[in-house]
Amino acid sequence: MTTELAPTGARAGPRVRRATGEAFDAWGIATIAVAALVAMPVVVVPLLALFPSESIWAHLASTVLPGYVTTTVELMLGVACGTLAMGVGAAWLVTMCRFPGRRIFEWALLLPLAVPAYVIAYVYTDLLEYAGPVQGALRAAFGWRSAADYHFPEIRSLEGAVLMLSLVLYPYVYMLARAAFLEQSVNILDAARSLGCGPWGAFLRVSLPMARPGIVVGLSLAMMETLNDYGTVSFFAVRTLTAGLYDVWLNMGNLGGAAQIATVMLAFVAVLVVLERGSRRRRRHYQGGDRMARLPGYRLRGWRCWLAVFLCTFPFVAGFLVPALVLANHAVAELPGGWTPQFRGYALNSLGLSAAAAVAAVCASLLVSYRRRLRPNAWLTLATRVAGLGYAVPGAVLAIGVLVPLAAFDNALDALAREWLGMSTGLLLSGTVVALLLAYVVRFLAVSMGAVEASLARVTPSMDMASRTLGHGPGATFRRVHLPLVRGGVLTAALVVFVDSMKELPATLILRPFDFDTLATHVYQFASDEQIERASLGALLIVLAGLAPVIVLSRTIAATRALEEHAGTVQAPAPAVIESVRA
Amino acid sequence: MSQSPVRRLAGALLLGVLAVPVSAAEVNVYSYRQPHLIQPILDEFSKETGIEVNVVHAKEGLVERLRHEGRNSPADLMLTVDIGRLVELVEADLVAPVQTPTLTADVPPQYRDPEGKWYGLTTRARVIITSKERVAEGAIQTYEDLADPRWKGKICTRSGKHDYMVGLFASMIAHHGEADARTWLEGVKSNLARRPQGNDRAQARAIKEGACDVAVINTYYIGNMLEDPEQKGWAEAVRVVYPNQADRGAHVNISGMALTKSAPNRDTAIRLMEFLTGDRAQQMYAERNVEYPVKPGVALAPLLASWGELKSDELALTEVARYRSAASKLVDIVGYDD
Repeated sequence: MTTELAPTGARAGPRVRRATGEAFDAWGIATIAVAALVAMPVVVVPLLALFPSESIWAHLASTVLPGYVTTTVELMLGVACGTLAMGVGAAWLVTMCRFPGRRIFEWALLLPLAVPAYVIAYVYTDLLEYAGPVQGALRAAFGWRSAADYHFPEIRSLEGAVLMLSLVLYPYVYMLARAAFLEQSVNILDAARSLGCGPWGAFLRVSLPMARPGIVVGLSLAMMETLNDYGTVSFFAVRTLTAGLYDVWLNMGNLGGAAQIATVMLAFVAVLVVLERGSRRRRRHYQGGDRMARLPGYRLRGWRCWLAVFLCTFPFVAGFLVPALVLANHAVAELPGGWTPQFRGYALNSLGLSAAAAVAAVCASLLVSYRRRLRPNAWLTLATRVAGLGYAVPGAVLAIGVLVPLAAFDNALDALAREWLGMSTGLLLSGTVVALLLAYVVRFLAVSMGAVEASLARVTPSMDMASRTLGHGPGATFRRVHLPLVRGGVLTAALVVFVDSMKELPATLILRPFDFDTLATHVYQFASDEQIERASLGALLIVLAGLAPVIVLSRTIAATRALEEHAGTVQAPAPAVIESVRA
Repeated sequence: MSQSPVRRLAGALLLGVLAVPVSAAEVNVYSYRQPHLIQPILDEFSKETGIEVNVVHAKEGLVERLRHEGRNSPADLMLTVDIGRLVELVEADLVAPVQTPTLTADVPPQYRDPEGKWYGLTTRARVIITSKERVAEGAIQTYEDLADPRWKGKICTRSGKHDYMVGLFASMIAHHGEADARTWLEGVKSNLARRPQGNDRAQARAIKEGACDVAVINTYYIGNMLEDPEQKGWAEAVRVVYPNQADRGAHVNISGMALTKSAPNRDTAIRLMEFLTGDRAQQMYAERNVEYPVKPGVALAPLLASWGELKSDELALTEVARYRSAASKLVDIVGYDD
């Protein structure tokens, strides 16, 4: 293969120019096929929008649409503030500072990720509404007789939804911010300190800007989850675009009209993505593999120490401990009757499917992003971007997007078989776990792609060049240089896809095979009926199943650094490379 | 098409690889009804006939799934929780008409499609409940009364976009026309004690707790609440008022079923349909779910019987379905949920 390394410092990284006629090697085709497969369901949604059963825009625009848009924007801004404050703040504290309980907070702060948003909403409504124990205790304590005697904030409100979603979504920001802080070179922080920055200065002027790609990925995941959330907003009667979409689909019987709203939401996200990428393109940071020295570890004392403890305790207690205790309390009563072989079957379904989805999503992400690193290809980039939007599409709509191409494929194959073989093959993929897997991968590809790309982007191109100069091919370079370096990012990706798949509900309901239940569908059938007690055992198990990988992950992220602290010589001792390349 | 031996051999091989063993007696159901409500009845059917029933349950999207699966869809029977979905199936041309002497005898004409494209299984009335403590018996009699300014700040309902509310509003449009229905809905809106929220149970709870005095809910929720130790108090705090008994009767909706056009197990599916309209299943619906069985002569649950005879609205359910979209838009125009 004729290769030619791009000049050092060029902004596109180690581009290997292809010789003519080599455009479609086997790997290239495989990569493009994967990208196309996952992009397809997202493409189907705007296609559906072309065929509304009646034009709904005039009605929507003159009545509810402005309200939907305003509410959606308010909700997203609120959740953005909440997740950033909790996620970045906590990540900086546990990574760079020393205070009591830090080592526990490191992993405990990830735990709310395992709590589905609809479950936390049910739990807090149970606790905080008029008849709940909190208001009941207040009434008993102060002798109030009815709702007219006092003011208590309404949990079922926009503010309530912001709080609920922030509590379960901040771990995205926390996780990626922490990974980014951990990967930061001490030399840079030392340089900042020696040039006169205090801890705050180092944080605001050096660490934060360098961690921005990771933080932005985490934030955009949280935003997309917020955008597609239906469980919480419908329970709290907060009227967002998603709520409007379901209304047009189910009450007005207009799937095309619903797909039009979904397309507006996609456009919404596409604009965000483009803006984010545009701002990032001008500043690209590379770091070397020099993570040998210990991070600074500012020791906090006095009120600072207590403030840090409080800031880390609140998200963990409110986002995880309280819901888990409430569920555990109910689950104890449910346990004798609920722990059946059938229930264990649901748990196995959830575990198996989620693990498979995690592996598939991570493999697809690695394949596509490494390919793009080697040979940037406009089509591949486009397909990946499109597939990534799947995360912002409400699950039920995405399910239709998966259903349409799969059923079309099955029916086409069946028609061929009938014609040529005189027999019917029926539906091979639709209505099987394959459909579910595809749905999960499409839905959560943005998560794994974001984490994998962010880590890969931080590996300096000079590493590729060195490895290639020393005679390794792209495959060996990937195995021996990139994979070890991005291990943390890959694990993060796998974990989040796993936990997200455990919680996934609307697409699972629509696409699943006959008599097939997961923990999420099992929980939902009771929770949606406000029978939180009967849902508690399943909900608790979803939360617990999320715990193990969270703990493992947190240790691995930390260990990545610890190992390197001891075995730093294994890696190329390149000096820290920070390249701010202007486009 | 003539078949060459090669083709036949290839076909046989492919069949060996692909074919999933299909037991002779089974029936596949796509269900909008919640599993814990219908599973006991389906189990009873399996026990009686030895026919296996496979179920996919979802709250939305099953019609689309059936449509895209096309002629190869494994689904035989659709179970729905309201008339809207049944009409949607008919309009999408996804169902096959079926008429058997049993089905036509079991289900009264107003609860089935004239051609047998769908059948109702149970009816549920949307009734008014009032606080036993704070509202005098007979103080409110009709849906129209809900808009009376005397109830200002006293009424609770769930979201106006929920199927059950949309169904009720659609029936108001059918009876009074769109303009009057709008005035009425604006009146109800201005009487609301709080932003519409929660499900039907939550409305009974709100009455118990004093947040409001009057609400609109489906009858079977009272039965469900009485069985739940935590919710029993909510149900006991309210009085059930059958609306409009002096004129057209209470608004009812149906849960129903339809045979799919592509049904691979048509015969067993029809057996299941006949089972569901039969005495045993109808009784189970009445006893367990506290719904009104469609089959005449099946005993009501004692609770329902204790509320006396229900006069229900004779308006054809397809009319209600027809105005659903208009009703849903009306909710937007009035800003009912804001």
